[in-house]
Amino acid sequence: MTPLLEVTGLTKRYGARIGCADVGFELYAGEVMGIVGESGSGKSTLLACMAGHLAPDTGRVVFDTRAEGPRDTLTMSEAERRMLGRTDWAFVHQNPRDGLRMRISAGGNVGERLMAVGARHYGQIREAALDWLERVEIAQDRIDDRPAAFSGGMQQRLQIARNLVSGPRLVFMDEPTGGLDVSVQARLLDLLRGLVRRLGLSVVVVTHDLAVIRLLADRVMVMKEGRVVETGLTDQVLDDPQHAYTQLLVSSVLQA
Amino acid sequence: MIEVAGLGKTFTMHTQGEAVIEVLRDAALSVAAGECVALTGPSGSGKSTLMRVLYGNYLAGAGRVVVAGTDIARAKPQEIVALRRHTLGYVSQFLRVVPRVPALQVVAEPLLALDVSEAAALDQARALLTRLRIPQTLWSLSPTTFSGGEQQRVNIARGFAHPYPALLLDEPTASLDAANRETVLCLIEEAKARGAAIVGIFHDAAARARVADREVDVSQFAPAPA
Repeated sequence: MTPLLEVTGLTKRYGARIGCADVGFELYAGEVMGIVGESGSGKSTLLACMAGHLAPDTGRVVFDTRAEGPRDTLTMSEAERRMLGRTDWAFVHQNPRDGLRMRISAGGNVGERLMAVGARHYGQIREAALDWLERVEIAQDRIDDRPAAFSGGMQQRLQIARNLVSGPRLVFMDEPTGGLDVSVQARLLDLLRGLVRRLGLSVVVVTHDLAVIRLLADRVMVMKEGRVVETGLTDQVLDDPQHAYTQLLVSSVLQA
Repeated sequence: MIEVAGLGKTFTMHTQGEAVIEVLRDAALSVAAGECVALTGPSGSGKSTLMRVLYGNYLAGAGRVVVAGTDIARAKPQEIVALRRHTLGYVSQFLRVVPRVPALQVVAEPLLALDVSEAAALDQARALLTRLRIPQTLWSLSPTTFSGGEQQRVNIARGFAHPYPALLLDEPTASLDAANRETVLCLIEEAKARGAAIVGIFHDAAARARVADREVDVSQFAPAPA
């Protein structure tokens, strides 16, 4: 089976400092992979390099494209990569303001992504937007409101709707539940799990929250100082960590 | 169905002065389809550790842990995920779920992950919750708010939702009243009758005597004192 995403030797330095070094893994269709580590461990750098937001120094990010099979996205033209970002890839930012357009309506935010891939029929776009608002549990009568009028949890759900409306196969998420109240976090986690299962999405999710990783990810990669120190099945890594750093991370979690 | 040979398990606590604790050495276990094997031994002898290694939750240090043809000691994470989804069920002592999800959904989840239709999965979940006497008024609520015994029954319903060919049971009858204990023992007997290979830890001696075909004393796998 061809992996949906195959990352090899990904390295990014900021001068003498290491962002991430020699990271490699494979992600198969329908898999959720978590990347954990404390702030500064390089997980966001890695995510940005994979998603094409940041140019790595070396490495390959091979994606199994629909039309042409596996291709290194780092050597694609900017236009091709941008197209991928609108179609098969999605990126959920920690701060919904980074992933939404705050001055246009909720419906517009969802519809815009459809228009970017060629949808032109207003009725159908609005129909799709309504459907997606419902799927992310936003009341349909809020379609004409701007996201600025939404709570943080609603904004995050709107960002997810905007990302998923074009039917991506691979979703990158950067701390998707960060900055939300715990009650809102649980609701979002439940929603994400349901969407991942129903749509068969592949996900790479970065977080420092081990509880989120346990509930969302099949596999986990632990990063420290830009390098992967441990990788494996999520519950195995969390319950029987092998590396000293993972043991420290797991044992440092406060019990509520 | 389950074949363990030469299994060793050692914990190294890097954050606690590099303490090394060897729990199992040269452990062996064989469970045929339709058979139930009870793990016995005093507290701390490694029953739960062995169970967790069988599930892939703890990493095997040495040896082979073969479940339905997959060696868990060597399998890739993806293979273990697939094995757990289709073949290997586990009823742990504790329920771990997303806080907001209703009990009915929690029980149906293993079936939904197998592409069973939503209607069929929910029907099966309702049937099991009914059998385990979870009042219908609780079905739409999150089990995180349930009593210990109720949570355990939800956990059991979830573990028996799909007819797994191999099943691991960690204290399935603890904290249950007589009627529910009887239901759980019946569920275990039915699973055996359809050919499931079962490994269980039962402190309840009467339950063990009733459902287990054999006992394996885990303390025989304790490393010889240095």
